[in-house]
Amino acid sequence: MVWQHFHHQADIGIRGIGDSLEKAFEEAARGLMAVICSPETIEPKEAVQIQCEADENDMLFADWINALIYEMDVRKMLFSRFEVRIHNHQLSAKAWGEKTDPEKHKLAVEVKAATFMELKVFLDSNNQWVAQCVVDV
Amino acid sequence: MNRKLIKRRGDTKWLVERSGKMHVDGVIFGSEQLINEMDDMVVQQVRNVASLPGIVEGSFAMPDAHWGYGFCIGGVAAFDADAGGVISAGGVGFDIACGVRTLHTGLKKEDVMPIREKIADALFHTIPAGVGSTGKLRLSVSRLDEVLSGGAKWAVENGYGRGDDLRFIEAGGCIAGADPAQVSEHAKKRQLDEMGTLGSGNHYLELQEVVEIYDREAAAAFGIQKGDIKISIHCGSRGLGHQIGTDFLKRMTTDAEKHGLELSERELACAPLNSALGKSYLGAMRSGINCALANRQILTHLVRQVFEKLVPQAEIRLLYDVSHNTCQQERHTVGGKQKDLFVHRKGATRAWGPEHAELPIEYQKVGQPVLIGGTMGTASYILVGTAQSERLAFGSACHGAGRNMSRKAATKKWNGKEVIGRLASQGILIRSRSLRGIAEESPGAYKDVSEVVEVTHQAGLAHKVAKLVPLACVKG
Repeated sequence: MVWQHFHHQADIGIRGIGDSLEKAFEEAARGLMAVICSPETIEPKEAVQIQCEADENDMLFADWINALIYEMDVRKMLFSRFEVRIHNHQLSAKAWGEKTDPEKHKLAVEVKAATFMELKVFLDSNNQWVAQCVVDV
Repeated sequence: MNRKLIKRRGDTKWLVERSGKMHVDGVIFGSEQLINEMDDMVVQQVRNVASLPGIVEGSFAMPDAHWGYGFCIGGVAAFDADAGGVISAGGVGFDIACGVRTLHTGLKKEDVMPIREKIADALFHTIPAGVGSTGKLRLSVSRLDEVLSGGAKWAVENGYGRGDDLRFIEAGGCIAGADPAQVSEHAKKRQLDEMGTLGSGNHYLELQEVVEIYDREAAAAFGIQKGDIKISIHCGSRGLGHQIGTDFLKRMTTDAEKHGLELSERELACAPLNSALGKSYLGAMRSGINCALANRQILTHLVRQVFEKLVPQAEIRLLYDVSHNTCQQERHTVGGKQKDLFVHRKGATRAWGPEHAELPIEYQKVGQPVLIGGTMGTASYILVGTAQSERLAFGSACHGAGRNMSRKAATKKWNGKEVIGRLASQGILIRSRSLRGIAEESPGAYKDVSEVVEVTHQAGLAHKVAKLVPLACVKG
């Protein structure tokens, strides 16, 4: 399981890879946090519940990333641990994190939204799930 | 860019010939150098926009165009509602009404240089900037609805500015037709504590010195002299605008088929202007514009507080405020007839020529100020709209430099401390909580704004008036 950032001229691509759809979504969430700060600086002190629903996996992924962006913005929090369950196109997740602290978290940039650019969720040739999109910063 | 995709039609004009599903030609403005640097995807996105229903005259790309989402950044397109025209959430983007406001200070370089550090520190401590920052203002949802209807006018009425400020803002500081009921609760929740915040990324507040005047008449009308100190604020509609973009992008994508729209990429998400969804977005997007105008007005109030304390003789007045991510209803002449059109400008600045009714009386003779931001290490420019611009691209000009390097590549190449040190040696003070943010925003990661402005001038989209260089910059 791994997260990656991929190249985009103006913004940045996030990609999660895992042996299940859920793990790929969790890894991509870590990739999202790494756009904003170093994920290892975020302590998983507090949990937030997240629910989304979409007919297609890729739209569900965009919804998941956008839900995290919303929770970060409204709660002024960052997250480092994720537990995702997906059943019948419904995502139910828990994200653990803490309040944003510019000194502690050495923040780089806020993320405005998940875009549909390079938005893909698929099983790769190694039988690994990949979930990715470009985020607007 | 692959030259086979375009045909040269002058020194600064390149044609993307109508073919396939395109309803109109595409036009890209650029010099040889800028066209060489441009991504092929700009052409593809110009083509895609040209294929949307109800597009009028052409699908345009400004000299700072680069690959965007659906529309290219720097894209301009007008749609006719009566001809089945559409409105696109992707064509406005996530940062609705992101724009630039430039302020006069009434000060000269020699007035601020002895206390420049103090001013930079005070601005840094007063202006909320960066990830997770909040403003002092806490609004209820019903109070926020008043902001979304009233824009900068609301801010002035509530003590954040002076009545005269409004004359120097697009649409008098308040866009008509905003409908806060079309804005989701999620979008509103994101904004309750974000009024009067700068944001992060390429947003900034800069103390600038006017170093060159190109057009004496326009400079005199705008009140610009060499050696003047100006302040420029670059920011937008914050969390509210981002969420409106997210909400409607999804809805427009989901409903595209229902509206008989075939989207060549999902980010082109749009809806007919005459549909319920199109009207809903228009009401929400206009609320987003008002949010941005109020936000920049509150930030102006904070700037005034800083200067009242530190430099009481300063007189902070608005030069102008203009957004570069919008869709606005405007009257244009098409085929000899006046038409009401919906003009998308995604990373493009409106540039009215002389005698436009919307301009303040002081600018009527010369045209609208077009405010072009650079990077924290390079110049910014003030241009003026031309009569010709109206005929070229619905009265539009460029908006800034545009990146030529990804954030990831920038952090690999530079480190924040070094960038701050290098800029300090050039006489530019940087104030930011984020060293990584500074590395990502390093001036070297951007295109040459001077070339973009030069080409905009040569093309006649807007004419150069003044060049400003940064003395201090607050970054998110």
